[in-house]
Formats: sequence, C-alpha cells, structure tokens
Amino acid sequence: MTARIEIAGVTRRYGDAMALAGVSLTIEAGEYCVLLGPSGCGKTTLLNIIGGFADPSDGALTIGGQNMVGVPAARRPTTTVFQDYALFPHMTLLENVAFGLRMRNVGRAQRHARAEEMLALVNLAGQGGKRPSELSGGQKQRVALARALAVEPDVLLLDEPLGALDLNLRRAMQGELKSIQRRVGATFVHVTHDQEEAMAIADRIVVMQRGLIEDEGPPERVYRAPRSRFAAAFLGEMTFLPATVKGGTYHTALGSLGQADAPEGTVLTLGLRPEHIGPGQGVPARVIETTFQGAHRRVRAEPLSAPGTELLALLPVGLDAAPGDLLSLAIDPAHLVPLP
Amino acid sequence: MTWRLGLSAAYMTALYAFIFLPVAVLVLFSFQDGRLPIPPFQGFTLKWHAAVLADRDLMQALAHSFLVALLSSALALLLGFLAARGLANATLPGAQAIRAGLTAPLSVSYLVIGLGLLASLNLAAVPLSLWTVGIGHTVINAPLCFALCAAAIGPREQQAERAARDLGASEARIMWLVTAPMILPALLAAFLLSVTFSWDEFIIAYLLSRFDVTLPVEIWSLLRSGLNPKTNAIGSLVFLVSAFAFLTAELTLRRK
Repeated sequence: MTARIEIAGVTRRYGDAMALAGVSLTIEAGEYCVLLGPSGCGKTTLLNIIGGFADPSDGALTIGGQNMVGVPAARRPTTTVFQDYALFPHMTLLENVAFGLRMRNVGRAQRHARAEEMLALVNLAGQGGKRPSELSGGQKQRVALARALAVEPDVLLLDEPLGALDLNLRRAMQGELKSIQRRVGATFVHVTHDQEEAMAIADRIVVMQRGLIEDEGPPERVYRAPRSRFAAAFLGEMTFLPATVKGGTYHTALGSLGQADAPEGTVLTLGLRPEHIGPGQGVPARVIETTFQGAHRRVRAEPLSAPGTELLALLPVGLDAAPGDLLSLAIDPAHLVPLP
Repeated sequence: MTWRLGLSAAYMTALYAFIFLPVAVLVLFSFQDGRLPIPPFQGFTLKWHAAVLADRDLMQALAHSFLVALLSSALALLLGFLAARGLANATLPGAQAIRAGLTAPLSVSYLVIGLGLLASLNLAAVPLSLWTVGIGHTVINAPLCFALCAAAIGPREQQAERAARDLGASEARIMWLVTAPMILPALLAAFLLSVTFSWDEFIIAYLLSRFDVTLPVEIWSLLRSGLNPKTNAIGSLVFLVSAFAFLTAELTLRRK
C-alpha cells in the first residue's frame, strides 16, 4: 500500500549534460513529497528514474527496500499521473481506469466494480461510459489519477499534474490531491515549479537546481529557514543584505539587526521576507515603486542609509504610499534568515 | 474574367478526359453488341459479362487474385506494423538509416524486385506457385504498410503506450490493446491499399507463378488471342474492385 523511497548518489547524464549531479534523498512511506524547482533543474528526470522511465547513470534506488535499478516500469510498485494525462482515447473512462487491473488479470466484473469506486473517489461517479474526448482538462486529470490509483500502487508519481489547469481549479485540485493521498495512504511524489502549490500540499519539499538538491524538509522549515539562497528566493520574494557578525548582532548597511548565533566576524547574507518588514520605527526609506496586490501593498524602497540596496515590504493596504514618499520601515528581528 | 474561367473549366475537362477516357471506353465497349470492342458502338448487351462469369479459368484466376491479395496484404501489414512500432519506441543507433532502408524499396521497380525474387527462389529451389506470388506481393507492400504505420504512430500514441507500460502491460498487450486500436484508420488504409496494389499487379505475378495464375496474368494470356469485348468486361471488373478498395482506403484515412 505504501513504501519508503531511498535514493542514494543518483546521477544522470544526457551526453555531456548533467541532468542529475548526485542526488541523495529519503522519502518516508506515506509521505506527500513535492519536487520543486525551475525547468531543467532535474526534478522530472528524478521522477522518471523513480518510475522506471529513465535509468540512473550511477547511484542506487530502492522502493520498500527493493532495488529498482534495471527493473522495468511495468514491474515497479509505482504508477504515474502524466502531465498530458495520456488517457487511452479509444476506451471508455471505466476501461481506462480498469486497464491496470486488466493487466493484472483481475476478472471483468471485479475490475469494473473497482474502477467505479475509483471514479467515485475522484468525483466522477456514474460517468464511466464516457470517452476521454468528452471531458474537460480537469476531468481528464481526475481520470488519470483514478487510473493510476486503481492498482493500489505503493508510490504514486505525479508529473506537473496541475500544470494545464486554470488557477482556481488548480487550487481546488491541490486540496483534493492531499485528501486523496491521506485516504489511500500511498507515498506521493509530485513534481511542480509552482512554489505555492508545493507549500500547500507537501509534507516534504525538495528544492532542486542544476541537478542538485538545494534544500529539503517540511514546507514551513524550508520557507522560514532555507538552507540556501536559491531555496530562499525560489520559495518566495526576499531581500538579501550582506552582513557581518559583531558583538552578537548582525552589522548591516541598515545598522545592527537581531541576535546572531554565528561566531564573531562571520561574513554572511541576511534574508528578509517582505511580510516581516512593515511600518514602524526603524529604517527611513524612499519608496521606489508600489504595487496593489489586494490583500496588501507591495512596496520597493531604498533605505536612505544604504543607497543602491532595495527593501521589499508588504504594507497594509490602508497605508498610502506613492513613489518618492519617505517611509519608516521596521524589520522584525525574530525573522532574520542567515544564509551562507 | 469569364474567358479565364471558361479556359480553366476547359482545361479541367480535358484533364479528366485524359485520365478517365480510357477507363470509360473500356467499360463502354464491354457492353458492345458485336465481335470487336472498337467503334462504332453497335448496341447494348450483357453477354460478354455473362461470358466472363461463365469462364471457369477466369473465375479461378479471380479467386486466386483475391486470395493472394488478402493474405499477402495481411502479412505485409503485420510486418509493417511491427517494424513501425519497434522503430517508434527504440532509440536505436541508426534508427533513421533503418527507417530509410525499410521505405527505400518503394522506389525500386517491380520488374527488378520480381527478377530478384525469381533468382532467389531458383537458388533456394522453391517451386513457383501462388505462394511465391504472395511472397512477391508481401515484399512490395510491406514498405508501404511500414511507412503508413510509422507516420501514424506519433507522440500521442507513444504517451499512451508509456502509460500502459506504467500500468503493467506487456509489450504484446500494449501493441494489441493500445497502439493498434489507436492507429486503426491507418492500419485499414494500409491494408486496403496493399490489396489494391496486389490485385492488379502483373509483372511479379507473371514472373513468379506457374500453373495457378492471378487475374492480370490470365487476362494477359487472353489478350494474346486478340481483342474482344470479353476482355473489356473482365477489365471493368478488375477496375471496379480496385476503385472500391482504393476509395475505401482513401475515405478511412480522410476520416482520421
């Protein structure tokens, strides 16, 4: 029903290009893991290697303790929800969903009953007689999900499953995916480049770049205390300030900030999330640009004490700010993110 | 403006006349009430058609032609489909060269293929029969079937195959349950075109047959004793079958 995935030192070369440059990762059984990163970061290659559609050039992969390197996709305890759905156009929805069971030689009545159940799970009860061409994109996605889950895989792989859906539908499907995962209990590995999607559904986020893992862990930890500058910037907007540790605080162009744990004299970068910079006593800054974003006003401002640097702040909408205005911005010292 | 339109219409009429006049004349004089299928048209009769249907040799040759066409086309389709399927999936080194090698025979003349097969069969001491004609027709139609199947297997088909593989399907079941149904129009068209080509193929059938012959060969021997409206009647029959198979193939491909 569910299994742990262990990836050790996996590399993948395509000619001279390094798609994966040595990735080690353990995904616990029953976890919802999201591989996040820009296109070309290696996340899809990693998914293909787990699913059996690509072989690692080097390294080890086990699922539920079983070696998977060299095992064809058909014999792995994994199934995949493909980005373009890849439904069988000449079969009804019921036949599509029952296909995997048919391949396992489950009898017709039994597999169709199971397929009905799966269609009900994805809110398509009673529509088994339709053809894929009669469905919307969101419905096709659900059928692809039902088809992959019908064989009760230990691991479900999802390749940018929501990429083709509009924003509202995508947000709704995220909640559904998560609740379906809780119900079936399988390990889900989901590839996306949408950081909001990743944070909304993941138990574990794996941020990748250039074939390497930049950071991995629970979404909150990765967002609030990222281990690399790339991970920090990929998960949300951030202002970066060069800083030096002096007398237990961070010395920056904006003065001394917060409390530093690092040894005296360490040179590092401080990351500041815009939601932790607000109106208040602190740094006088001149507004460069404001953007109304509904829930708040996003402001770019240049501190008077450090010309050339830019602070990004989210201010309450009620606070009027126009380019050229002088504001006083307070930086919350509790949320400074020291980065190497 | 009008004269240009008139000119175009005249040109088109001339073109169609050029293409279809021989067939029209052939069909018309198969109804000739006289001894020779040449003008003037002396009146309408069905006796030559009746004579064709009563001719045991011709009817037997017709049955042979059907048999050879159906069996050799089925075999050519099977070979072409398997090759197309194999080359679509594998990232073989030299797949492009293999593909070119498989389609190249389309440009070789039937005479050359026929002579080559004759020499090969002699060498292998295989006696000539309808079977050897069937082999010849399989050889000329397999490249055509391959080309049509290969063109039909695109990314959509390959994605579906990948999904089937992921769900535990063996390669044989993927072919039978996913690939073949998805490219069914192309398979049908390839089969019907092969049937058409085999149906009125003469040179290979002539070179590779001995006692049992196909219809075109039988007609040829009939022609040696001179023209008569009976040859027109059998010619019309051949044309009718070809046209039917070809139009069906064309419509199947169109609908896709």
